[in-house]
Amino acid sequence: MGKISLRQVTKQFGDVTVIPSLDLEIEDGEFVVFVGPSGCGKSTLLRLIAGLEDVSGGAIEIDGVNATETPPAKRGLAMVFQSYALYPHMSVRKNIAFPLRMAGIDAAEQARRVENAAKVLNLTDYLDRKPGQLSGGQRQRVAIGRAIVREPAAFLFDEPLSNLDAALRVGMRLEITELHHRLKTTMIYVTHDQVEAMTMADKIVVLQAGRIEQVGSPLELYRTPANLFVAGFIGSPRMNFATGAEAARHDAHTIGVRPEHITLSKTEGHWQGTVGVSEHLGSDTFLHVEVAGIGTMTVRADGEVDAHYGDRVFLTPQADKIHRFDAKGIALK
Amino acid sequence: MATQHSRAAARLMISPSVILLFLWMIVPLGLTLYFSFLNYNLLMPGAHDFIGWKNYYYFVTDPAFTTALINTLVLVLGVLLITTIGGVLLALLLDQPMWGQGIVRILVIAPFFVMPTVSALVWKNMFMNPVNGIFAWIAHAFGFQAFDFLAQAPLFSIILIVAWQWLPFATLILLTALQSLDSEQMEAAEMDGAGPFARFVFITIPHLTRSITVVILIQTIFLLSIFAEIFVTTNGGPGTASTNITFLVYAQSLLQFDVGGGSAGGIIAVIIANIVAIILMRMIGKNLEA
Ligand SMILES: Nc1ncnc2c1ncn2[C@@H]1O[C@H](COP(=O)(O)OP(=O)(O)OP(=O)(O)O)[C@@H](O)[C@H]1O
Ligand SMILES: [Mg+2]
Repeated sequence: MGKISLRQVTKQFGDVTVIPSLDLEIEDGEFVVFVGPSGCGKSTLLRLIAGLEDVSGGAIEIDGVNATETPPAKRGLAMVFQSYALYPHMSVRKNIAFPLRMAGIDAAEQARRVENAAKVLNLTDYLDRKPGQLSGGQRQRVAIGRAIVREPAAFLFDEPLSNLDAALRVGMRLEITELHHRLKTTMIYVTHDQVEAMTMADKIVVLQAGRIEQVGSPLELYRTPANLFVAGFIGSPRMNFATGAEAARHDAHTIGVRPEHITLSKTEGHWQGTVGVSEHLGSDTFLHVEVAGIGTMTVRADGEVDAHYGDRVFLTPQADKIHRFDAKGIALK
Repeated sequence: MATQHSRAAARLMISPSVILLFLWMIVPLGLTLYFSFLNYNLLMPGAHDFIGWKNYYYFVTDPAFTTALINTLVLVLGVLLITTIGGVLLALLLDQPMWGQGIVRILVIAPFFVMPTVSALVWKNMFMNPVNGIFAWIAHAFGFQAFDFLAQAPLFSIILIVAWQWLPFATLILLTALQSLDSEQMEAAEMDGAGPFARFVFITIPHLTRSITVVILIQTIFLLSIFAEIFVTTNGGPGTASTNITFLVYAQSLLQFDVGGGSAGGIIAVIIANIVAIILMRMIGKNLEA
């Protein structure tokens, strides 16, 4: 079981308020991703849930029990740190067994569980090495192994992939998602990478300056962002925004349209512009088009498109895919 | 410095300093070795005849030698024990966030800057003196007899004085090591269910082993040759109760004017120091490997 509820949780460091007041429900078995720009309080929130920081106000409930005052070890949560935080003087086997040893579990059972975890994570050949003799990805797996053997109510990950190279990151992303399908344990995952958030999450929590901007499934956030911040944060490349006369025609202060919802034409269309930089990826083409009165708009076209620097093109937004926002940046229905 | 030519040039350039350092070491050592085989007493001028191993024989069979050897070991081990254990505890204490941390740290380090003769004098006259010392005063205040430290427990008193001087050194090194401990490791251990004591045993101590090794190695080198503290406080006495090898060599050559015997003692001290160094490196040297 791993249902976690935050009720009016606040956090101050001295007189700096990092988290004003925050409510959040995390259901059992969910994969929840906290995403937001650097310094928005993601790690702080995770550490509050883990019990490594004391809340300044509010309550944290785990499985319906108030755990606000419970020390970290008793909350039944396991954390994977950004720096892995492996014990450098212990072998991989001892690292993974450490929580079991602390819990006073007998040696035979310890060995069995360590072997199991090692098999799941492909670490069997490395059990007798020290962390210093492992690659980044292997260390990451050891850290996950150390979390798994405890059979926790929930896993907490703090940007676990940020120290890995791009290819390895994609691989580990899949492994963690697969692990979640197999274990069906609650996972809370912190990242500032919206691609990680979109691909892994059941539920995304978008944070800004300690406040929750929106909570929802990846596609909900993609289809109906609640405000400008979420609209700009979720989706890659970024949503295009326009204000002024163009927005006024849609009865809005600002309108937004995603690059993939703009149709490109050489002959006719709603907006006229000149192609600036064009990025040809083979599968897609991203064009940065300078439109008079609006500014640069990014357009995504399928496959290979024959458009080059200085070409004149026409853009048409798909009418039902235009997002409208009021003067405060809140989405209009 | 990659090419043959530049390496040869480099060797040529550093040779003057290397040769000077080598002479600096080898001339006194050679002379000591030479004197140790002579019958060379300052009270008998002129007669410097070669007497073979006799000086060594007399030095080693002197009953004072065994006492001095044991005293040296007790002194070194005692001070090491106090400074490493005390140093770890003090470092843990100083690592806690507290008010006035900077000043407290400077105060703790201060004894290291007091020269040995001065600190020994202060301890002798202001703390351990059975009439005027603070310890005597405290004993009187509670209605006890004053304890004459330097007469009743001379070696223990000297261990205390030397440990007081070296404690700051150990504390300083261990404190810096403690500050380099990754806080996420501690937090991980906390989440893994390790209590404060388990964290100390399984995380802090292994992290400190390398620094503790350095503290032990450096201190041993200096503690083998403790002299000023003994000279100032007990003069090796009563009897030979607080004489170590260094002090015995001094007594032999400068109190009995026996240069030959003293030289033999000096060579024996060098050999003992080397034996200790080899044993130490065997025992704990592997901690220093990366
Ligand atoms: N111990 C602390 N004392 C004071 N301020 C802190 C402390 N820890 C964090 N903060 C502040 O709280 C804010 C949120 O920090 P946090 O580490 O949670 O950000 P984050 O969202 O994890 O960012 P990143 O993506 O860069 O890791 C920051 O402005 C930071 O300066
Ligand atoms: Mg962070």
